[in-house]
Amino acid sequence: MTTPAAVQTLDLSTRFPDGATPDARPGYSGWLVDKSRLVEFATALRDEFGYDYLSSVTGVDYLPEGKMEVVYQVYRTTGGSGVMFKVQVPRQDPVEVPSLVSIYPGAEFQEREAWDLLGIKFSGHPDLRRILMWEGFSGFPLRKDWHEPYFEEEAKPYKNRWPDGKIVQAESNNPYADNIAYPPDFSPEAESFDPEKALYDALRKYQKNEIGLNTDHIIVNLGPQHPSTHGVFRVAVMLDGEEIVNLKPVMGYLHRNHEKIGERNTYLMNMPYTDRLDYLASMSNNFGYALAVEKLMGIAPTERADYIRVLMAEMTRISNHLFLIGTLLNDLGAYFTPMLYALEERELILDIFEAVAGSRMMCNYFRFGGVARDFPEGTFQKIKEIFFERLPGKIDEIDRFLSENEIIRSRGVGQGVLTAEDAIRYSVSGPMLRASGIPYDLRRAEPYSIYDRFEFDVCTRKNGDIYDRLMVRFDEIRQSIRIIQQAVKQIPPGPVTSVKPMYQVRVPAGEAYGRVEGPKGELGFYIVSNGKPTPWRYHVRAPSFINLTAFGPMCIGQKVADVVGILGSIDIVLGEVDR
Amino acid sequence: MDSNELNSPGFDIPPEIKGQIAITSLDRIYNWGRSASVWPLMFGLACCAIEMICTAASRFDLARFGMEIMRPSPRQSDLMIVSGTVTKKMMPTIVRLYNQMPEPKYVLAMGACASGGGPFKEGYNVVSGVDRFIPVDVYVPGCPPTPQALLNGLMKVQEKIRGESIKNSRWYKKGSDLAEIPIPILGPDLIDPRKLDLIKNEAKLQEQA
Amino acid sequence: MNDMYGKGILKGLSVSLKRFFETYLDDLSWIGRRYNTDAGIAHRGSKDARGIFTVQYPEEKIPVPEEFRFIPFLVYNEGPNGEKNLLCTSCGICAKVCPPQCIWIVRSTDPATGRPIPDPAEFYIDADICMNCGLCAEYCPFDAIKMDHDYELAAFGRHIYNKAMLSKPTKYYESIRPENATRENAARAAKLAARTAPTKAD
Ligand code: SF4
Ligand code: SF4
Ligand code: SF4
Repeated sequence: MTTPAAVQTLDLSTRFPDGATPDARPGYSGWLVDKSRLVEFATALRDEFGYDYLSSVTGVDYLPEGKMEVVYQVYRTTGGSGVMFKVQVPRQDPVEVPSLVSIYPGAEFQEREAWDLLGIKFSGHPDLRRILMWEGFSGFPLRKDWHEPYFEEEAKPYKNRWPDGKIVQAESNNPYADNIAYPPDFSPEAESFDPEKALYDALRKYQKNEIGLNTDHIIVNLGPQHPSTHGVFRVAVMLDGEEIVNLKPVMGYLHRNHEKIGERNTYLMNMPYTDRLDYLASMSNNFGYALAVEKLMGIAPTERADYIRVLMAEMTRISNHLFLIGTLLNDLGAYFTPMLYALEERELILDIFEAVAGSRMMCNYFRFGGVARDFPEGTFQKIKEIFFERLPGKIDEIDRFLSENEIIRSRGVGQGVLTAEDAIRYSVSGPMLRASGIPYDLRRAEPYSIYDRFEFDVCTRKNGDIYDRLMVRFDEIRQSIRIIQQAVKQIPPGPVTSVKPMYQVRVPAGEAYGRVEGPKGELGFYIVSNGKPTPWRYHVRAPSFINLTAFGPMCIGQKVADVVGILGSIDIVLGEVDR
Repeated sequence: MDSNELNSPGFDIPPEIKGQIAITSLDRIYNWGRSASVWPLMFGLACCAIEMICTAASRFDLARFGMEIMRPSPRQSDLMIVSGTVTKKMMPTIVRLYNQMPEPKYVLAMGACASGGGPFKEGYNVVSGVDRFIPVDVYVPGCPPTPQALLNGLMKVQEKIRGESIKNSRWYKKGSDLAEIPIPILGPDLIDPRKLDLIKNEAKLQEQA
Repeated sequence: MNDMYGKGILKGLSVSLKRFFETYLDDLSWIGRRYNTDAGIAHRGSKDARGIFTVQYPEEKIPVPEEFRFIPFLVYNEGPNGEKNLLCTSCGICAKVCPPQCIWIVRSTDPATGRPIPDPAEFYIDADICMNCGLCAEYCPFDAIKMDHDYELAAFGRHIYNKAMLSKPTKYYESIRPENATRENAARAAKLAARTAPTKAD
């Protein structure tokens, strides 16, 4: 199933004798591609080598070297390890790199993010606007020489906390007594601000329908305060009557600067912050981050810790899917009752998290080399009771409750279809990809941790519509229960951490990309270390953010009322979309 | 209920209105009605919103407090539960929502983020607490507050409501509905219109330096 | 799907109906014990929970598990005259490990010699920044800072805690986290024994 690394090396270097060289920096891997050959290189990877799935695009600011780097990760949807390639450009504005949207449309939002936060201009990008911050914000926040208003020091821990830690609120160090700073020549009256203009201009760029009546098109905004957007998410739609002709998601209303803060935190400090990415599935986030850092550190967890991790990750998947089923059915019109049924079961799982990790949602349970602590007394019994005796029946009950309901079916079947080809092109992952018929699940495609020891099916559906995306989640819950039942039977006794608990870990210089199959899709962490206690670059490949790339294309041609259902079936969580 | 009890609405009565039995007893009824039918705004910001949903769901059941009707429209709600991180990009919307809520209105800051910035306080897009812009009545700490902690906060809101009096309530005063909070502007950074002078001053200072 | 239209709806309604009756069945079979009793609350959070799932806070409270964490507090040993001897030695590890950096510690100095002494002069936690992560408690080498169980902290103002507000007695700690406390006490005793044993020998 996996492609041996040697074969790739051979193929790529003979295919590109010039223009692509292996990345020889210690701790790094992948290929350095010449900027002028990038498009050609990517096309060849996709068409000749079968790397059809672009997982992640991000930038790194190498300030000391005076370089900006764009890092790409591509994979095959048939499974196996991937290829990482990079482009380096000098760090003088404009930092310009050719866009890969024409080859991998899934790069669209990710390139916009790199432009927004790092100021890397992607020439040829169809709609290069800011994505997380608003249009008109000054500066590129993730650049290493950009400092926020509350800037204290380059790295934590800050010196003024101890031993002479007179309490100082961050506000008191700022001239405005607030978290704000303006460019030096700023005068509020001289300028007028319209952060929305670029969005509406982009919306108006659509293919005009030349046949039929010439009707006026109107723009409708859903959100950011809207009951069906699952948080602070905004959708701007261009309508022709009831029909959607263009749609742009607007995000960033919950942009909490996860990556900037993460590059100041020590490695351990980032662990509780990852909880707040996808706050419905904190254990999965912990998992991905722990795997990435462990890869860099070259350590492995103990056997028992591995089992505990898998147990936790699968329970998280179930609780996440339960929440999704509740909200999606809610969006499809079944007001709150399915939500109540689903949340009851979720509460029982949260009780387990609370007993084990100490918190219902923000578990902060994984540590490098294991987990924070072993199960307390009685928890194991509880897990057995819930997952052997209660949940299987309850899932069937919720399934029976609405899955055959005529209204749900007519609102779901055939609506918001995403074909298999499109799903791959738009880098969609997780249950959404599988609902379109692609059996791509990282737990099988590139098994991490101990997933190769369990028997489970990769659930797929055929049509890729809302209904299939709902049903695939039911299937996945059943498979997760299967995994949990196996893990409960196999789990060995022993220690839960393989290293001595330390609050300051030594991470050698290098880079690592760790990815897990989160409940929402492929959750990746790209970490660059320069040997210091804090990461140099800390990037999160957020599945629900990238899954949104397909949102617009899925909606075009549909009725406006279906936007809510389609959005609901993507399963976004804003903490992760906006980070 | 004897008349003494009727006349003690749970707070100190200023001497000048001590004799006004009608008002204080009316207050009790008025506040009892209001505190038992607080309609929160269906308004979730971040992780805390999930706990808010859980509070409204089966296990904690907000309906027991007369709060089950979460209105998605600010025009129909009394209580804004600011449940999560307040970002600069979201701030104009929040202020607008607050302005649109009819009096009497209450604000509950749920979680560390809404109260004082929370773990993401240092971030460039994060507002250090929603009370920078809108007045907050009750602060609930925690990250996230568990549903029971939120319920505790909601009971504090009820307690506050019960302590109010028709006599001096701000929403019966003239012009109270005109007191809108100026909506912040998204410029190169968030601009608070109330701070324009300060900003200009600061710009001058920088020029001189 | 050539079934009769409406069959799916009926099927769904039957689930609702079943749950409706279950409510009364469960109330009957647990009559008198279901509400306001510990067994009743536990039953509603167990695998057999059916019927009304609600825990009627504030009259009933879901028991918090031992590991539950909310805001940290400082543990002190009560002295013979009621003085509070904090276990904290102001070593600063918690301030260093705290992810959002919401702990401020002033180390005290001996007024006579000017040397630092192991006792914090001031200790602040800004609870409106604290993310309840528990790392401070996890890495404190002296078991001096622990995560509290008290979540009923809503107030009309912000929460910035100083040393006095954070201090809680050892007894309280032992009451909320009995297993942890026993384990830690045993470990401390063992350490002490190991340290004193050789000195006695020579
Ligand atoms: S207080 Fe904590 S849980 Fe609540 S929104 Fe902020 S980070 Fe999320
Ligand atoms: S609480 Fe613990 S870690 Fe913090 S300064 Fe005191 S002894 Fe050190
Ligand atoms: S719980 Fe976490 S955030 Fe709060 S004081 Fe302790 S280390 Fe800091």
